[in-house]
Amino acid sequence: MRSSVVKSTFDRSVPVWITTAVTLVLLMILPLGWLAWVSVSSEQGTTFANYVQVFGDPHLQKALWNTIVLAFWVGAASLAVGVPMAWLTGRTDLPGKRTIRALIMASFVTPPFLGAFAWVMLAGPNAGLLNKVYRGLTGSDEPLMNIFTMSGLVFVVTLYSFPYVYIMIVNTLELIASDLEEAGAILGASRLRVALTITLPLALPAIISGFILAVLQALALFGSPAILALPAGFHTITTQIWTFFQYPPKVEQAAAFSIPLLLATALLLQLQKRLLGRRGYAGVGGKTGARRPIPLGRWRWAALAGVFAVLACTIVLPYAILAKAAFAKAWAQPLSWDNLTLANFTFTFFEYSATRDAIINTLELGIVTATVGAVMAALLAYVTNRRLVPGHQALGFLAVAPVVIPGVVLAVGLFIAYTRPPLVLYGTLAILFVAYLTKELPVGYAQADTTFKGVHPELEEAGRILGAGRLRVLREITAPLARSGIIATWCFVFIGVIRELSASIILFTPATKVISVVIFDLKEEGQFAAISVLGLFMLAMTFGIVLLMQTALGRDFLGAKD
Amino acid sequence: MKRSRSASSSSSARKRLAPLVLLALVVAAGGASAQDARVAEARREGKVVWHTALALDSAQRLATRFEQTYGVKVEAHRSGSERILQRVMQELAAGIKNADVVNTSDTGHYVLLRRKNLLARYTPAGAERFADGFRDPDGYAWGWRAFPIVVPYNTRHVAGADVPHTWKDLLEPKWKNRLVMSHPGYAGSVVTQIIALEKLYGWDFWAQLAKNRVMLVQSIHDPGRTVRTVLSGERAAGVNGADYGLLYTERRRPGTTLAAAYPRDGVPLIFSPTAIMSFAPHPSAARLFTDFIFTREIQQLLADGEGLYVAHPDVTYPPDRPKLSELKVLVVDPDEIDRRTEDVKKRFVELFGA
Repeated sequence: MRSSVVKSTFDRSVPVWITTAVTLVLLMILPLGWLAWVSVSSEQGTTFANYVQVFGDPHLQKALWNTIVLAFWVGAASLAVGVPMAWLTGRTDLPGKRTIRALIMASFVTPPFLGAFAWVMLAGPNAGLLNKVYRGLTGSDEPLMNIFTMSGLVFVVTLYSFPYVYIMIVNTLELIASDLEEAGAILGASRLRVALTITLPLALPAIISGFILAVLQALALFGSPAILALPAGFHTITTQIWTFFQYPPKVEQAAAFSIPLLLATALLLQLQKRLLGRRGYAGVGGKTGARRPIPLGRWRWAALAGVFAVLACTIVLPYAILAKAAFAKAWAQPLSWDNLTLANFTFTFFEYSATRDAIINTLELGIVTATVGAVMAALLAYVTNRRLVPGHQALGFLAVAPVVIPGVVLAVGLFIAYTRPPLVLYGTLAILFVAYLTKELPVGYAQADTTFKGVHPELEEAGRILGAGRLRVLREITAPLARSGIIATWCFVFIGVIRELSASIILFTPATKVISVVIFDLKEEGQFAAISVLGLFMLAMTFGIVLLMQTALGRDFLGAKD
Repeated sequence: MKRSRSASSSSSARKRLAPLVLLALVVAAGGASAQDARVAEARREGKVVWHTALALDSAQRLATRFEQTYGVKVEAHRSGSERILQRVMQELAAGIKNADVVNTSDTGHYVLLRRKNLLARYTPAGAERFADGFRDPDGYAWGWRAFPIVVPYNTRHVAGADVPHTWKDLLEPKWKNRLVMSHPGYAGSVVTQIIALEKLYGWDFWAQLAKNRVMLVQSIHDPGRTVRTVLSGERAAGVNGADYGLLYTERRRPGTTLAAAYPRDGVPLIFSPTAIMSFAPHPSAARLFTDFIFTREIQQLLADGEGLYVAHPDVTYPPDRPKLSELKVLVVDPDEIDRRTEDVKKRFVELFGA
């Protein structure tokens, strides 16, 4: 075996790369091709009638407009929250940075639909806990806030989108040398002026691309609008696409309505790539010298209070109300001994038959997708980093390309592609697997890419010179070096899979429910207690994996090394 | 008695259930050996896949009971009527034949399913004696249960003169931002209610109601969103509450804040039929299950525990249940529901926004 590897002139790795490339094409091209085709087809042949119908309908125009409004304000609000927080934790002597980072990371991994659901219990205009407290304190008849509004939706979506801005900016701030800032300070500029005239312009590309990431989040979300917008009587694109599947299904219209979402996403990502690609900013791109934290002085504690106020909204309050609902007989009633019960857990896990199957399905999908995804991402990252095949750039592009496909759109494409021969995957877990793999591949690839950038090629070259084949080098040199990075990739994909809702909601069948779908089903039933139980279960699973990942990486996964 | 032995000996694990099996067989079976053969056949099939719009908790209880009685697993899928139709048809379009028994609260569905030749003809045991309105002369879809649509309200927020007496009372401006209703795209009974009131007052009624900025939720049923939303105090009253299950049991509990108003201008009565699919992968289990849910025992359970009206003529109703003959009920013809359902949903979205 070994000797054959040594003697072989044929590079055995080639078939591996070809398989990977073909798989990629199948994952992407097939569903998107069908999507485009169906959007222009009708019983009479090729037509633009679907587009005319969809974009001429005033109700659907409104859904389109709502989505734009939502996405823009989420982007803006995410900046308003994320930028100061990144600056405070990255640049100043704010106390408790570790805790803050940990909590932001927790917001990052919290499924947005769980957050939205928790906020229904917190800020429903009448029964919401915060509104009740507010009315009790002020004697007012009006609620403090009504979560079933556009502004309520923006608020909740922002809570779970701002971490994207934060991560983007905090990582950039780490790269900005402080000597420029110090020069400004020496020349007599105030702290604020330094921040506004030196740090801000240097971080601008990161800020804009953070904005774009948050906008993309808001565009693609299904759960939060379904929970908050539908009761208020308005649709977004994603909820509208989902509605097209009500009987009798209008798949052609769903496809036509998916295209603008796809284009918008692709366009925004292209824009972001350009912005980040511009490296004309002196001082960004390498670490020079030590950075001294900027003293906040008397603003220290005020800033800390502000940061914790945000984190209370994203983590503390939602988790607390979920826990309360999980253990209470009636969530809207005060927590007393009489109101405490474990019955919700018994019902959810032992009586409600859908739960068990869903948990098994979710774990199965999570493990299989994470394993296949991590291996694929690693292979792809390896081949692109080492430039092993002609056209490796194209492979790298294909690996991240699915990032432009919002979950709902991907699901529509997969639904069309795999409900017909030759490959009828609909009704099996396989179609969910394909969806998850496609959706998570970009994240996995990005993680694996970082990993391989950190593994020096000379070690591999040494192995090759000593006569080992490429696969053997991969197995005995690269793999051990990249192990912790690959484990992190696995964890990223796993977390992404178990919380996935927007594609699952279209692709599941009664026999292939996953936890997120069961939660959504329970939401339609108003089963707050059971949702809370399952939600906590999901969070526990997520944080278990996060801990595993941090152990593997030896750092927290937002990139902080302290 | 040979029947209990042969029914339970196939699986030693089920032996402790022998008394239950015996009891059920005595109640349900006509000929002992014929029943034995049916049970054996159902067990061979392994399970029955049941789509139902019956309240989640109740459906789960019933499924467990069937499993304990016959040792045949019930895969229960609870959802809103319209969602059930969507899921079954979506599966079918992809060539997946999974559903055995379907129970929705939209009688129009059975017109549609029959038209598409998707229903198997089956007459449950004792069907000749079923109450009026529960029988199907063609023998496909049998009324299994029925319930009125009423106005649930929270007594902490609505009292005295404010309690609505007619549907039209809900149009008053004082109800602005205080009402909740279920969605016809999800709950089949809402389609029926919309048509029933449209026939009474025209679309104008619904247009006016929309002006009161009604909160929209999905499920109507116990444990429906509408009722739960009212119970939690999130909204003062509901435009539609299915008066069974949660609404029924909760408002009988001492100290409750939940109540229900039966509008004087008419109460939509929703029939919820059950049928076996023509392609049912577990046909014997499906028939056994259908007979089971029409037994007096189960039907009495639905009447006592859930407050439902049922098909079985020997069922007795709790004294606090109004007799159907005493109510002014509004019933809509299944053909009309089938014909108008698309239009109703479309108009609803136009009026209410989502």
